[in-house]
Amino acid sequence: MASKELATTTAVQGTMNKPPKAGWLYAPSIEGADHFRLKPRYELFISGKWVEPHSGKHFATVNPATETVIAEVAEGDAADVDAAVKAAREAYEKVWSKMRAAERGKYIFRIARRIQERARELAVVESLDGGKPIKESRDVDVPLAAAHFFHYAGWADKLEYAMAGRRARPLGVAGQVIPWNFPLLMAAWKLAPALACGNTVVLKPAETTPLTALILAEILQECELPEGVVNIVTGAGATGAAIVGHPGIDKIAFTGSTAVGKRIQREIAGTSKRLTLELGGKAANIVFADAAIDQAVEGIINGIYFNQGHVCCAGSRLLVEESVHDVLVRKLTRRIETLRVGDPLDKNTDVGAINSKMQLNKIQELVAAGVSEGCQLHQSHAKLPDRGYFFAPTFFTGVSQSHRIAQEEIFGPVLSVITFRTPDEAVEKANNTEYGLSAGIWTDKAAKVFWMAKRLRAGVVWANTFNKFDPTSPFGGFKESGFGREGGRAGLLPYLADAGSFAAPEAE
Amino acid sequence: MVTKKRTQSKTSRGRTGTSSALVARNSQDEALHLSTGGVSGRRNYRPPHVPPVEAVGLEERAASLAKRSIKKASKVEGLKMAISMMDLTTLEGKDTPGKVVALCRKALRPHEKLDVPSCAAVCVYPNLVPIAKRALAGSTVKIASVATAFPSGQSPLKVKLEDVRRAVEFGADEIDMVIDRGAFLRGDYGKVFDEIAATKEACGAAHLKVILETGELGTYDAIRLASAIAIEAGGDFIKTSTGKVQPAATLPVTLLMLEVIRDYVDAGWRMIGMKPAGGVRNAKQALQYLCLVNETMGDDWMNPDMFRFGASALLNDVLMQLEAQQTGRYAGEDYFSKD
Amino acid sequence: MDRIPVEKTYKLFIKNEFVRTESGRSLAVPNEITGGVTNVSRASRKDAREAVIAAKAGWHAWSGKTAYLRGQVLYRLAEVMEGRRAELAEARTSTGIATEQALEEVDLAIDRVVHYAGWTDKISILLSSTNPVAGPHFNTSSPEPTGVVAVVPPDGGATLLTLVSTVIPVIAGGNGVIVVAPERDPRTTIVFCECIATSDMPAGVINVLTGLRSELVPQVAKHMDIHALDLWKSSTVGDALAKQAAVDGADNVKRVKVRDSAAIDWASDDAQGLSFIEPWLETKTIWHPVGL
Repeated sequence: MASKELATTTAVQGTMNKPPKAGWLYAPSIEGADHFRLKPRYELFISGKWVEPHSGKHFATVNPATETVIAEVAEGDAADVDAAVKAAREAYEKVWSKMRAAERGKYIFRIARRIQERARELAVVESLDGGKPIKESRDVDVPLAAAHFFHYAGWADKLEYAMAGRRARPLGVAGQVIPWNFPLLMAAWKLAPALACGNTVVLKPAETTPLTALILAEILQECELPEGVVNIVTGAGATGAAIVGHPGIDKIAFTGSTAVGKRIQREIAGTSKRLTLELGGKAANIVFADAAIDQAVEGIINGIYFNQGHVCCAGSRLLVEESVHDVLVRKLTRRIETLRVGDPLDKNTDVGAINSKMQLNKIQELVAAGVSEGCQLHQSHAKLPDRGYFFAPTFFTGVSQSHRIAQEEIFGPVLSVITFRTPDEAVEKANNTEYGLSAGIWTDKAAKVFWMAKRLRAGVVWANTFNKFDPTSPFGGFKESGFGREGGRAGLLPYLADAGSFAAPEAE
Repeated sequence: MVTKKRTQSKTSRGRTGTSSALVARNSQDEALHLSTGGVSGRRNYRPPHVPPVEAVGLEERAASLAKRSIKKASKVEGLKMAISMMDLTTLEGKDTPGKVVALCRKALRPHEKLDVPSCAAVCVYPNLVPIAKRALAGSTVKIASVATAFPSGQSPLKVKLEDVRRAVEFGADEIDMVIDRGAFLRGDYGKVFDEIAATKEACGAAHLKVILETGELGTYDAIRLASAIAIEAGGDFIKTSTGKVQPAATLPVTLLMLEVIRDYVDAGWRMIGMKPAGGVRNAKQALQYLCLVNETMGDDWMNPDMFRFGASALLNDVLMQLEAQQTGRYAGEDYFSKD
Repeated sequence: MDRIPVEKTYKLFIKNEFVRTESGRSLAVPNEITGGVTNVSRASRKDAREAVIAAKAGWHAWSGKTAYLRGQVLYRLAEVMEGRRAELAEARTSTGIATEQALEEVDLAIDRVVHYAGWTDKISILLSSTNPVAGPHFNTSSPEPTGVVAVVPPDGGATLLTLVSTVIPVIAGGNGVIVVAPERDPRTTIVFCECIATSDMPAGVINVLTGLRSELVPQVAKHMDIHALDLWKSSTVGDALAKQAAVDGADNVKRVKVRDSAAIDWASDDAQGLSFIEPWLETKTIWHPVGL
């Protein structure tokens, strides 16, 4: 069935590739947002109380689908960070490190339960604040966040088992800076293991998506978590820098861009602070000719268009065996037309809003680069809303490793299609990047899965599936995608004094 | 063409040999259709090459399509479309003219007050076809008859073809046949192909639906292969189930069969229809199936010529949902005829 | 005017239902507080057979669920027990202990259930391995539940705590269980069963046979569809009964463990953990070539 043509255009052969005409159109099905109320203004959460920022300044958080302001949050500065660190230190010394491990665990179980109870509210706020479809925040982000707390709650009184004969002591106070792509989930990934291991925390959510972390703070109050165990300081880059630089912090955990990660690593060098980093990626999603092709198409679509492509482990490079390139491109061309782009609160939306104007500009710039470099642009004909930051699902064919769009992380719904001939070549191209977060392998042959997996320099390998996450499954990168793992037993190690970690000598 | 039997008897005289062992073996061969070359002479039939199916991914895609939230005008439109796609079915040993006439009336005019289309067809056993024909004379509602020793298919081909011819003679517009699952599972794909081709010939002008009985085939890979064989052998529709075996139709199976059709059409084949049967019990499920067809096949399949529901209890649930959409309150069972 | 209370009926607990023994027999157990007796169902061999059928179905349903879901169910059991804290404590006082001591025991028991709720999704993490075999094969070992386990908890001591400490770790690993109930405290036993019945636990995962241990222990030891026997010696299970059970268990190569209740401090952390889960797991090893 495959022709020898590689340079396909948008006019692909076949009876089923017409842009969709008016057919059975789904009416809007908007998730209700009237069963809860957001406060117009949120303060900082320090020592179990809502505290006004030292500067008195607040900034707006905007709904990227409508470009309207949803709420105002406090702008924390170095003085606020200092107060938060002091509160965390006091809570650590006086309460948290003295508490029986099983009791610590029971607090974390409570948090998990209350997230489940307020699940719908959290999901709606996540979609309003960040732009992701309600279908995803409801079915992926919130349930995984609760599950993460459940899993780590159970570790609190079992740490010795995880440490296999070594002691299990916490580090002290952890400073955590999280990104805007999975705001609540990233808060869960950071807080749960830190607390389970007996540390206290100062957390800074991303400046474009602070709200679910602040609702989480309300939940922590409801759970009667001892004051100061978790402190939340909202703000932008300067606030994050204040946390990274604060001498009273024992450990920094950062998820975000590789560029900022490197800055943090430089800043911490020479101190006794421990560090884990979860940075960017440019994952290869590798499809062999013997793959279950229709399921591979779903895996590719999910790999790059889930969460608008704002995913560090996104399958942003499709490496396809040359003999099935044309079939796959034909199926992808058709498939992207059924992706529904629009209102994140519509239950039928598949691709929501781009998180911010800045991110939209970056995507547009890189797509323009791809076009000017001579790659062929394929884009869905989805009608984008008049307001808001939206981008249609896109892929490029005729891409080679040397193109910018094959090398730079776009962090948007844009896929680059590259061909290979043999498994060796696939491995070579997949590994030919400074990143190493994830990879996908599509083949019906199990032995080939293991052969490829062994050779791929990536921390997470998905075989015949993609974008699967579980609290028990360690996640993290090789190379410039960062170091340290989140999830499972490996996720405890960054928060224990006697486990190996990086960027600092062992403190005794 | 006389072929050697595997165990050679000294008294062998070909097909009408006198030894009882030979007679027994002839009958067995006829039943199992071994080594006689088949109707189309395809002794060395090579089944179509089909790509593998990854079950977890298939089920995830079906589940994600089932999550579509269909409301308001699109819900009303979808429910009406579902009615127009129904093959209202009764296939019971105790079917009588009375039962069938009532069914036909319901198919023709499902509800007195609600503005809904007629069903696509009724589906009955051959003996009841003449009754249906009289009851539906002059209407757009088609008459589908099961045939080929439905539901098991475990009879000689001659008998199965006669079953088809009679049903067509009685007035059936459509024939729903069953494939020989025994032949399929023991690897005799040639027999499966031959029987479909022969049935298609016996149908004449009647259009042929091929029931795969997906609940007996074991894996999605097997269903994919059976679908491909059915299409290549001349089926106009591929259908999931007889409704007599669990599991019957499911969303993943339906999605898979649609994907097979899509691949054939992409390769230049004519358009083939699809029918899930059994297991579609309520309006919500019917809408889920429509989402599947809509997003996998597009507009060209969203009509009764290309997609049907094999159902009985489904109709009333759809009518109740339509009424609820109109009045804003949940309907009660007593307000809808049970025929 | 004085009000007479409605008396509870004490039945067997099979498939999340309370059923009378098919034999119609009962056992009179003295009530230390009222001075009266409680008539408890005296389970027969046929009841044991029904319990095994239930436990088998329960094991399959239970082990077919995700570890996460099993953890959720156990946590819910703790929630239910917390809600019935006063009732459980009151049941415990029927053996003559003081209310304060009873409450302490109940709190320990609830916390122990929470402890095991946190185990379900960690067992496989700690007990699995990818084995570095000398050849081009991927090789992995992981634990699976043994199947249907008969548990005979200690009798005459801290009944609730020992029930929880012996039964819950076995099901945390995914097994189905038949409990030969302690003879001395039917009130605690039945309230515990009521907690299970309202906890989202699938039917058949835990089944409880009340009656004479001298009859029931040999029956479960000999049953060919029970895969393991967890036997705790105490006031109602002596050396002779235990030894005979171990001998009978060999008929279908049961995994048998005979331990002495008196050797354990049930209130301490030594009475919980992986060593209580591990004996009731089997290791499965899978090989697959690595190549093109």
